Amino acid sequence: MRPPLAPVPLRVRACRQETAEAVTLVLAAGEERTGFGQPGQFNMLAPLGIGEAAISLSGPPTSPDLEHTVRSVGAVSEALRRMRPGDWVGVRGPYGFGWPIDLARGQDVVLVAGGIGLAPLRPAIEMVLDERAAFGRVLLLYGARTPADRLFLADLERWRSRPDVDVAVSVDYAEPGWQGRVGFVTAMLPQLRVDPARTVAFACGPEVMMRAVATALQARGIRKSAIFLSMERNMKCGVGTCGHCQFGPYLVCRDGPVFAYDRLADLLPVREI
Amino acid sequence: MKTIDQLAAEHGFFEGLPDAVTALVAGCGSNVAVPAGDYVLREGAPADRFFLIRHGSVALEFYRPGSGPQTFMTLGAGDVLGVSWLVEPYVWHHDGRAVEPLRAVAFDAQCLRAKCDAEPAIGYALMRRFVPALVDRMHAARLQALDVYGAPT
Amino acid sequence: MGREAALPARTASSDHKHGAVPPNADPPLRSLPVTELDRLFKALATDGFDVIGPTVRDGGIVVDRLAAPDVLPWGWTAHHEPGRFDLQRAGRTAFAVVHGADGWKRWLYPPRQRLWTAEINGDAAPTINGEPAPLAPMAFVGVRGCDLAAIAKFDRVMMGAVEPDPIYVTRRRGLFVVAVDCAQPASTCFCASFATGPSVIEGFDLRLTEIDDERGHRFLVAAAGDRARAIVDALDLKPADDVDADARATQGRRAEAAMGRGLSTEGLPERLRAARESKHFDAVAERCLACANCTMVCPTCFCTTVHDQTDLAGHRVERHRQWDSCFTLGFSYVHGGPVREGESARYRQWLLHKLQTWHDQFGGSGCVGCGRCITWCPAGIDIVAEAEALCAEGRT
Repeated sequence: MRPPLAPVPLRVRACRQETAEAVTLVLAAGEERTGFGQPGQFNMLAPLGIGEAAISLSGPPTSPDLEHTVRSVGAVSEALRRMRPGDWVGVRGPYGFGWPIDLARGQDVVLVAGGIGLAPLRPAIEMVLDERAAFGRVLLLYGARTPADRLFLADLERWRSRPDVDVAVSVDYAEPGWQGRVGFVTAMLPQLRVDPARTVAFACGPEVMMRAVATALQARGIRKSAIFLSMERNMKCGVGTCGHCQFGPYLVCRDGPVFAYDRLADLLPVREI
Repeated sequence: MKTIDQLAAEHGFFEGLPDAVTALVAGCGSNVAVPAGDYVLREGAPADRFFLIRHGSVALEFYRPGSGPQTFMTLGAGDVLGVSWLVEPYVWHHDGRAVEPLRAVAFDAQCLRAKCDAEPAIGYALMRRFVPALVDRMHAARLQALDVYGAPT
Repeated sequence: MGREAALPARTASSDHKHGAVPPNADPPLRSLPVTELDRLFKALATDGFDVIGPTVRDGGIVVDRLAAPDVLPWGWTAHHEPGRFDLQRAGRTAFAVVHGADGWKRWLYPPRQRLWTAEINGDAAPTINGEPAPLAPMAFVGVRGCDLAAIAKFDRVMMGAVEPDPIYVTRRRGLFVVAVDCAQPASTCFCASFATGPSVIEGFDLRLTEIDDERGHRFLVAAAGDRARAIVDALDLKPADDVDADARATQGRRAEAAMGRGLSTEGLPERLRAARESKHFDAVAERCLACANCTMVCPTCFCTTVHDQTDLAGHRVERHRQWDSCFTLGFSYVHGGPVREGESARYRQWLLHKLQTWHDQFGGSGCVGCGRCITWCPAGIDIVAEAEALCAEGRT
């Protein structure tokens, strides 16, 4: 009998420091890689003996390695942040439903990321770019706290350099000298030039940010059913049996974490649900 | 070369405005180009214009002695720049610096205010454009102030 | 409170299938004198089952291994009311006490389980080992309709999951269920509202009806499935007659009529959803101690958390899973703090999960009407009364 909720040990191949708090762990998954998921899905990562946390995939499914980007916010994520090449991490997954990239084919694609929320969107962007011709306009709007908190600088530069992708980055706070944009990520939405009837939007970030983004996208004529948000709740099991990630009628690990906004719109304003 | 009418009509801010209104408003407009680094607005100066940004971007700043200029918002193509022309005493509350070379349509405030006073329907149509932009910005500013990506306290 | 007032019309008239059992609609009945119950216990033991059932301990009823039928709660009954449970001497039957705080859940899904052990091997990959397959298969003796329905709901959660829980699956697959028709519902019972009892409908291997009348003290036995029929056939029991069948039907009708509470389930999820921002939850929170008793005694509450432990040298890691409760503050923790900080929100989560969102998550109600949460709430909070109050509020 395979033990319940037993992780597979994978070796850390590399650690990329993204910001002072965030690191990307590159895990040597080898031939098991394909078993570890699609963009928007998550794995449970366990620094053995410390605990376990749900972390979204941040690397493309075409890579032989498994990438997760972790921001240190507690004991488990801090242990993951301190991992070094050669260390072992317990991994189980993938769990949940990811970004419905197939649904976006033939449509304009708007990706809105806030803070660490860029990590789960990164593999979605790469998948869209791998098949760029299959999509209409592609726009990435990314809001970070400060310039130093931006993730994936090399990727942002690479995406920005492409003529067929619009990348806009805005920070909430900037030191004098910052030449980029300042302002909350939603402030970039009024200038959005897409065909709302044929646009699919993916948003990931703090819930309060996603609520504002979804409302603003809807105000621009994008259908609720074409706006997708990645929800965060406490996840212990990943398989819908521990009950922790309940969000009204949903188990976020099983029914999400990515949900169409029309399934969330009436729940999001309810406090403490 | 495009007329001010055409430029105004093409700008997202005026999208859907009746042609007659666009034409009347455009009568107060002119094309402007501002080199990168130059100031478009200065705190305390008369708010005698507003701009529809066509290309480039403008950083809105407060100058803080000892800290230098502090950008609190950046506006870009498709945005409207300048609201103080609507509100007495018609002075700018902050600086506005072109970060990239700016091309915009500038509208003369006195000219517009006179037309709005003479024809409230124009004023109402303009308000229907300005208020949503203000609400969006106010909401964004609230979230910016909340520091939602910061470490939880 | 009069029964007619308490019970909604739909269940009072009954679906016919439930509660009031039409004679001979079931598997053939046979008669087992109470003095021979031991033969059934021995047959189960011979088939390799650990026999598990109710027994009196420390002034209450617990569910534990039973060496022989004489440790069943013969001659005991119980008085249930919100926040109160008293065992009392009465009659001579074995199954007059509907249930105590304890239940079968503990045996199918233990309160604390070691899931796996990891050996840390330095530079080499850690090895992760499971636990040995548990104990002998179990035979539960004395399962009521409400608890049988609860097991079916647990099945849906644990066996219907994307990764069925292997601990539960192993225990459940080996399970043999000897159900018992409920003859004396408690004042806190409302199983008829969910049509899970008082008579047992389905999901059993053997069903016993304990009858103590002028024809004597006996069990009427029905078997479902080949395994159960083989056991009963080997006991060589006398067939029950129509008088016995009528006695069973009459007992079922009386039990349903004696039901202490009734909850109107018509449109209940929708009505509660409409009340989800009701201030009434704040009023309940004034009384609720967030002690988690209701979740521990609830036969369908399945929530767990996990803890990792290491030895001092850090060479060995164990992961343990234990029952958790949505009433604890840490339950809904996301980085920054708990989602459900207030007791009002935590009570709402529990009540709405049982009666509303379970329908969305797993189909059907999460409540089976056993009434344990009412009896064992130290503040006497009554899920039936609170649900009715919430629904009434939505109507005004």
